[in-house]
Order: sequence, then structure tokens, then C-alpha cells
Amino acid sequence: MAEGKRVETAEQAEFRQYCRAWLQDNHPGTPPVPIPQSALELKEPEAMAWLQDWQKSAWEAGLVGTDYSTDYGGSGRDGLQLIANQEMQRAKTPYLPNIVGMGMAGPTINFHAREDVKRELLPPLLSGEHIWCQGFSEPGAGSDLANQQTFAERDGDSWVINGHKVWTSLAHFAEWMILLCRTSKEDKYNGLTYFVVPIREALGKGVTVRPLIKITGGTGFNEVLFENFIVDDRYRLDAVGAGWKVAMTTLAHERGAGALTTPAAGGMAVQEENAVNPSNAYGLIDLAKQSPRNGKTAADDAVLRDEIMKLVIRQEGLKQTQRRGRVAALVEDGTRIPLQNKLVSSEIGQDIGALAYQIEGAASSLYVNDPHAPAGGQYPMAYMNSFGGTIAAGTSEVQRNILGERVLGLPKSK
Amino acid sequence: MPQSNNFGFGDDEAMLRDAARKFFQANCPPDRLHAQVAHDYSIDRPIECIWDQALWRQITELGWTAACVPEAAGGIGMPVVAAVALAEEAGKVAFPSPLIATLCSTMVLRECSSDAATTALGAVAGGQALSLAMTNRAGSWDADATDVDATGGTLNGTAYFVQDAGKADRLLVKARTANGVGLYLVDPSIEQVTIVPDGIVDLTRDQAHVQFAHAPAIELAAPGTGAAIVERAMPAILAIVSADMVGAGEWLLQTTAEYAKTRTQFDRTIGFFQAVKHPLVNVMIDVDRAKSLAYAAACAVDEEPDNAWMLARMAKAAASDMAAFSANRAVQFHGGIGFTWECYVHLFFKRQMHNQTLYGDAVYHRAKLADLLMGAAA
Repeated sequence: MAEGKRVETAEQAEFRQYCRAWLQDNHPGTPPVPIPQSALELKEPEAMAWLQDWQKSAWEAGLVGTDYSTDYGGSGRDGLQLIANQEMQRAKTPYLPNIVGMGMAGPTINFHAREDVKRELLPPLLSGEHIWCQGFSEPGAGSDLANQQTFAERDGDSWVINGHKVWTSLAHFAEWMILLCRTSKEDKYNGLTYFVVPIREALGKGVTVRPLIKITGGTGFNEVLFENFIVDDRYRLDAVGAGWKVAMTTLAHERGAGALTTPAAGGMAVQEENAVNPSNAYGLIDLAKQSPRNGKTAADDAVLRDEIMKLVIRQEGLKQTQRRGRVAALVEDGTRIPLQNKLVSSEIGQDIGALAYQIEGAASSLYVNDPHAPAGGQYPMAYMNSFGGTIAAGTSEVQRNILGERVLGLPKSK
Repeated sequence: MPQSNNFGFGDDEAMLRDAARKFFQANCPPDRLHAQVAHDYSIDRPIECIWDQALWRQITELGWTAACVPEAAGGIGMPVVAAVALAEEAGKVAFPSPLIATLCSTMVLRECSSDAATTALGAVAGGQALSLAMTNRAGSWDADATDVDATGGTLNGTAYFVQDAGKADRLLVKARTANGVGLYLVDPSIEQVTIVPDGIVDLTRDQAHVQFAHAPAIELAAPGTGAAIVERAMPAILAIVSADMVGAGEWLLQTTAEYAKTRTQFDRTIGFFQAVKHPLVNVMIDVDRAKSLAYAAACAVDEEPDNAWMLARMAKAAASDMAAFSANRAVQFHGGIGFTWECYVHLFFKRQMHNQTLYGDAVYHRAKLADLLMGAAA
């Protein structure tokens, strides 16, 4: 329903046709090894390498980085990334692995880095050759992100960095990191400076990456320690002390409210014919039909039917709200819908997982390591993973503060 | 056929909506509304039908009721999204008028194919107010439910839950015959028709049950065809009523947020407290969901009929829940003053309560949606 006919320009229609044709001939097929629910959980080098190959071929074909300038490895064509994304999703391609790079680092570099740094870093970022990670959170800086303690001290044309970052997804694959540091203890917000730093080449030489294990048992994120790690001043983004402002560009894009559309492909549909997508509310209908309850199925239970419909409505509502967010005549305030996006989608995802647990009944106790687990145990895993969505990138509680303050104009919490 | 990116909401629709917004801002501020409809707070007050007929005449002269009448019948021929936008603006000021009832009736007439229906549509375009008399005593929303019988061109029986009955120039009546349900047009001012007003909670409309005793009627849809016509029109009606709730929900949201910025307790304006701030954000999210689904449902009626029922049921379910929640939080966060008659919030609270169940509440529509998407339960 969301694609096809439209008030689409000739250029857009032509590009959509091009994407569709290219994807028909160049779909990467089934991965050689199973890939996890999200790129943030990748741990097998073989899976990462295969996904990097896929991103590179999509980039070379012009489906990734479409909206970026040709000087930076893009196609210099405004507003076409969304179409490429829709067509990749339609073709059920696997996801693109450089998710932090494209979703956060890329736009931030594009808007804040020096010209030579843009030319150096953006092409291998968009091609997926360089995987990126994000060094924002610290043990004492979660929801209160500005409470950064990792310190960068100036030393001529370099900076010496000491500190401790946590929840760093993909750091074990990353060549580069976006890094928020304190450069002054005088001022909480204006004492921050933003860098892009080459961590891979410094492993064992000032940078240590250690895995952290999630409640699912899966990995994907890490803690990263810096001990006298030396970084060239050219990798500073914007002015010394402007780190908070630069970080807002990153966060806006992370939450789906940025100026640049993030390249994004499908999901896990490539895995196998009947693989479930545990973040799709409609999938609960099939799950309910397969789940025994009271001598019938969960799909015959009036209460569960009502609960499933509530989620289906919220999911369809979010889709329609995102669509309405692009129609200027039907929005009163340009930030109101984009700022809801992350909050609403992560909470729907969580509630799908929680409801699946109820639908499955006793069998919901079976996990991914049990051959009899309904839907391969993906729902309990997705439910546990969903807390990544409601906690990362600003918890749901912080998101509600932001919405209340910026959109409804309520007094600030801090 | 897929939907247009912009919900079919183009420049003409935006112009009509903006004009309506301006008109309501100028003519229907909440203090005037309160003075008009809430002048008598006594619980045993007489049942009244209160509205500004001069304002209604201006609206019909501005062509709002002609907007969604097809051009062939003398109207402007705009899509259903235009009606939804008008309903949203009317909801934002809790406007007492036959506007919503007339827009809903227009949707039924558009599905009839008789000359009589075309004539009736022309009269709507010319300013005639209509309302639907289609519900039985049990309050069933089923397309074939009615307690009115039609024989030999006359109607007998009673229609219940007729919206804005005291303001309508004509009633569109669903009636049973030996050959199935037909649709009829009746002049409620004739002596064979008795309007018995209901005492209702909502102060911004009137409702009645209407008795027919050998009332002469014009046939709009032949016996046996009426239920299917109502069935086809219902998604548009659900979208319109949902939009009314969206407008009222937005007023409740903004008014309560404004109050939370001015009311001080513990040396702070109360909007500082997350126990107030976060639920208000939840109201906003719910208003946005209902609004998006209402426009998507209207657009489906216009462009993607196969999905109209699904999206309309989603819209009405989402809007009904939002209506209850937005009204509830508005009174609560206004505190003691919100609990009083003098605070304007109760006008919108009561309108939301009314619209919540009109044409089916959230539980009803989710059950029907489940039948549609999951199949019937065993």
C-alpha cells in the first residue's frame, strides 16, 4: 500500500525502476551462515564479511549513499535514498552491516567534518569497507549523556585520550569510532568536543575492546578503554567545545529525525522460507493460530485477539504517521512526528515480544537452543532484545521528556 | 490500487481546511460555546437543542456541505479526505451543528444510485441538513438492523440514537420491507413524525429517537439494496467521526499542556513533573496515531476501496481509545478546577465520551478487525 503509484517525479520513478531491476539480478541470496536479528548483534566474521560484500555491491550500484555528494562517495541525487530503501525492503534483501556508520557517523561527518576528512572517510563508510561504532555512553553517562568523563587533552596538533566507553556495538569489527569527549571541566555542555577516531589500528596501542554479554546471551556490544590514545587534530569535528551540538546531529539521525535518510535494506527475510519477523505485529496472527490454548488455539481466544489487534493497529498507525510526517499540509509542527519515531517503534517492538510470550503459553519457555521452540525461539529472544530499543539512543523516559519539552513546550526536567 | 503519498490531500483540500479553521477560530471560541450550551447546569434541566442557525447558514453558503457532493449532483466533488478535514476542525471547537451528521448522510447518499438520491444530494449542496436514522433500540450498528418498517411508501416504527435530529431538515431512514432493507428520505417536520429528544451527556449536540406513524417517505434505495449501501458508506462515516475525536483530542492536549505550563505547585509549573509530562506525550502519540489512521481510511475510501474497512476500523478503534484517554487526562491534570462546570474541559470531555461509542467503540471494531484479519474464532 505504501509504494507504487504516486505523485512521483520522472526522476524518482525512473530510479525506482532502476533499483527494482538491479535488485532482481543482484539479490545476494541466502547467507552462507545464519545472521542475527540485527546488524548490532553480528559476531561471526564470516557473516560480517558476507554482509560487507553485499553493502559494497549495493553501494557500487548507487543504492547506498544516494543522497550524499559525489565528492564523498555518493550519487549527489537528492531525496532518492528513501526509494532505494523501499525497493531493498521490497526485494527482501539482508540488512546493510555498517549501520552505525550510515545512520550516525556518516551524517555527522557530512555536516561537521573538514573537507579533506569528508573525502577520506565517507566513501569507505558508505561502501561498508570501514565499519563504524559509537563512543558516547559511559558508565556514568547514560541518560545524562553530557556527563562525559572520557577526557581529551590537547598536545600540539594531537589529542591524548583517556577514558571508558560502554555499550559500544560493533566495536569488535570497527575501524573507526565517533567519540564524544570532555575537553573542559569548567562547563558541562560547552566542555565537550567531538572526534572521529581510528580505533582498529590502535588496538593494543592505547585502545582495548572487550565484549559485553547481553541478557539474551548474545554479544554485539563492548566496552572500550582508552589509555593515552593519540588522535590527530584533523579528526576533530567542528570547534573545541562544540561537541554537544555535533552530538545532536548524530542523535537526530539515530532517532530517525535527521536531515539525511539513512540507507537501510530489509531484515532477516533472507534466512529461510518461513522465518518469522519477530518485530512485525501481523506475525502474531500466525503464531496465535499455531499456539494451542483451551483445546482450541490462541487465535480463538477473544482477549488475545483483542490484544493482537491493538498491536496491529499501533503498528499500522505508526506506518501511517510516518507517511503523514512527509505531507506538510497534514502536520502542524515539523518535529512532532520525527521525534516520536524511535519511542513509538521501540515500544511496539517490545510489546510484540511480550504478547508473543503470552500467545505461546507454556512453550514460550523454550529458547533458541531448543529444537521444539515455537518460531525457533525468536520471540523470547526478540522480547529480551527489545530493551535495547527502549534503552539505547535515549531511553523511552528521556524521549518523553524531549517530546514534552520540545513539542508541547513543557518546562525542562534539567 | 495503492494510495497517493499525500492521502489525496491536495491544495484544494488544504484551502478548504484552512478556511474552516479560520472561520471556527473567529466564530467559535470556547468561552462563547460555554455560554451558549452550558448556561444551565442543573441536572434536571429541560432537554434542549442548542445551536447557532445563522452560523450554520454561513457554513452552507461557504459550500462546506457541498464539498463532498458529486459534481453531477450539483456539488464540488471533493474526496472523503476533505470531509475528514472539516470534521477534524469541527471537533477542535466542539461545534454544535448538523455538520457531522450531514457529512455522514452524504456518504450514504453517494452510494445510492437512484434519481431521488441525486436530488437529495443536490439539496444537501444547497444547504439542507441531513441525519441518519439507522439504529435500532438495541443500538446495533449492523447494516441491516432497524426497528422501522416500510410498506407502500410509508414508514412505521422508531429509529434510535439519531444524531442532531433536532437540527436536521431531512432524515435518511433505514427501514425493513418484505424484500429486505431499503433507504428512505423523510421530512421530520410532518405530523406523522415525532422527534423525542434524548437526555444526553454531551452538551454540544442533540440526539433523539424518532417515531414514524404512517409517515410518507421518498425511496432512495430499493428494498434489498439498503444494507449493502450502508455497508459501503460506513468506512467513510467511521473516518469522519474519528476525525471529530482527533480534533477534540488535539484541543484537549494543547489546552492541558498550556495549563501545565501556568499552574504552579511546589514552586514549579506542574508540566515539569514527569507524572504530568509523560502521560501528555502519550496523549499526543495517540492523537497522531488516530489522525493518521483517519486520513488513511478516508484516502482508502477514495483510492483503495479494498482496504477501506480495515483502515476505518483501525481508525475508529484508535480514535475511540484516544478520545477516552485524552479526555480523562485533561480533567485529571486540570485538577480541582477541571472537575468543575466552569472549566471548558467538560464540553470536550463529554463530546469525546459520546463519539467514543458512536458507530461502535474500540472493542467492537477490534473484534470486527480480528474477524477480517484472522478469520472468525472457533
